[in-house]
Amino acid sequence: MLSKSEVQKIAELARIEITDKEAEKYSKELSDILGFVDKLNEADIDRVEPIGHITGARNTMREDKIVEASDETKSAIIGNFPEKKDRFDKVKAVF
Amino acid sequence: MIRDLHSQLVNGEITSEQLTSDYFDAIEKKDPKIEAFVSLNKEYALDKARAVDRKIKNGGEIDLLAGIPCAVKDNMCVEGLQATAGSKILENYIAPYDATVIKKIKARDAVILGKTNLDEFAMGSSTENSAYQTTKNPADPERVPGGSSGGSAAAVAADMCTYSLGSDTGGSIRQPAALCGIVGLKPTYGAVSRYGLIAMASSFDQIGPIAKTVEDAAIVFSAIAGKDRHDSTSMTLAEKKYEDSLDGEIGGLRVGVPKEYFESEGLDNQVKEKIKEAIQRYERLGAKIVDISLPSGEYALATYYVIQPCEVSSNMARYDGIRFGQSVEKEKNEVDLVLQDIYLKSRAKYLGPEVKRRIMLGTYALSAGYYDQYYKKAQKVRSLIKKEFQEAFEKVDVILSPTAPTPAFKIGEKTEDPLEMYLADIYTVTANIVGIPAISIPCGNAKIEGKELPVGLQLMGKWFDEEMVLKAAYAFEQSGK
Repeated sequence: MLSKSEVQKIAELARIEITDKEAEKYSKELSDILGFVDKLNEADIDRVEPIGHITGARNTMREDKIVEASDETKSAIIGNFPEKKDRFDKVKAVF
Repeated sequence: MIRDLHSQLVNGEITSEQLTSDYFDAIEKKDPKIEAFVSLNKEYALDKARAVDRKIKNGGEIDLLAGIPCAVKDNMCVEGLQATAGSKILENYIAPYDATVIKKIKARDAVILGKTNLDEFAMGSSTENSAYQTTKNPADPERVPGGSSGGSAAAVAADMCTYSLGSDTGGSIRQPAALCGIVGLKPTYGAVSRYGLIAMASSFDQIGPIAKTVEDAAIVFSAIAGKDRHDSTSMTLAEKKYEDSLDGEIGGLRVGVPKEYFESEGLDNQVKEKIKEAIQRYERLGAKIVDISLPSGEYALATYYVIQPCEVSSNMARYDGIRFGQSVEKEKNEVDLVLQDIYLKSRAKYLGPEVKRRIMLGTYALSAGYYDQYYKKAQKVRSLIKKEFQEAFEKVDVILSPTAPTPAFKIGEKTEDPLEMYLADIYTVTANIVGIPAISIPCGNAKIEGKELPVGLQLMGKWFDEEMVLKAAYAFEQSGK
């Protein structure tokens, strides 16, 4: 069972602010799901390697070439900034 | 349906403009009740339709998909249109580019009518997790259409478009197709580019068609499949028109029936009956029914609910209120906040409960001390399940099962208990776990409370053998006519 304080800790790591009441709700729900996935302990995986890529693809290469986006695309990307100054994404101070 | 509309267009019996505006009329009439669409693209769609009409008039050759109206799940980017992914955090987000699948259907002059509803970031099996609306099942508006591509499935089932695009991470194309009584194909992982698909769990996500017929699904799949430099997991496929291989001939086809899939206690009796009838029908069509065993299948859902939230927690990190989407930064009363507060509060305010639940689950499973216990173990079980499927496919060509354990359930019936909702994907997640193609096709109706509710039949095939899956599905569909 995940405690409320463990849930608060996870939420902080996940950068989601949660209330005390939410922590209580998530503590139950997350514990239920973790209890369910504990089923995996029954599987015999002693001699099994973990999956790397499901279709077996590896080392997919392509030319390291920059394809410039159009000015239109660039403006559209900038248009999606929540806050901006000229063509820059404006952010809050770190501290 | 597509081929028919195509020849009517070419022969001048209908125009794309008329067809398109008829669909908009249907949407206006039906969608206030169904709520399949989250946004419409009227002006652009009609312009495109008129351009196709001009091309035909001038004697130009047109593609099968040209002038045919379709709908797109709102987690795929269409340049200049909103892409909310069903989340408040992407409200007002305008896609600056086309997803590769969109680029491909646009190159074939497809007419995009609008964007369809989904569970937030495709996390759900009913569309009830959408931050905007709950789509209703056209067969019974008191019931869910399934999810997460519920809007795309309901739009096709209610004749508000000819076909649609959905995405499938654990069943999100097939389960709603089953619950709405239509066809949904999840291609092999890597068969279709994911570029421009708003990512949920990147090692499972695939885009695929939702349509009225198997042939339509094949036509759309042929159009969107193939290698893309923007998605390094996409693979080079043989250039093929899958629709041309559909001949209804399945003599000698080996159909595997996994016994474990029929022993699960959550399987509805009427669904079980319909699937048994389908097996008998395959036998009559000349297929060879082979009993197989996939014992590790019982770990599939648990495997999925470890790996998927891990990938979710990583993919959702980009919604931080800084580069796009909704942010508390915009709010005037939040002037004293520092950067970390923007993350914490924007995510708290604009992400929904299921998304938060999965982010936290994944964060926990990947955190120090738990990685081996959860993630690594799940990836090992994933190997185990894959091996079982490889062995099964030495004996059979396709594997048959129900798509969903029950017909459409009532709105609100499963929202209280997340685990209960997860069980709706019990038959579909495995194809995503092992990366194989799978289709859901209608196989009759269950009668519940006086309503006829569609039941879906699932066929899974070998890696990159969509042709076999489509052929087997087509033969079944044709034999029912």
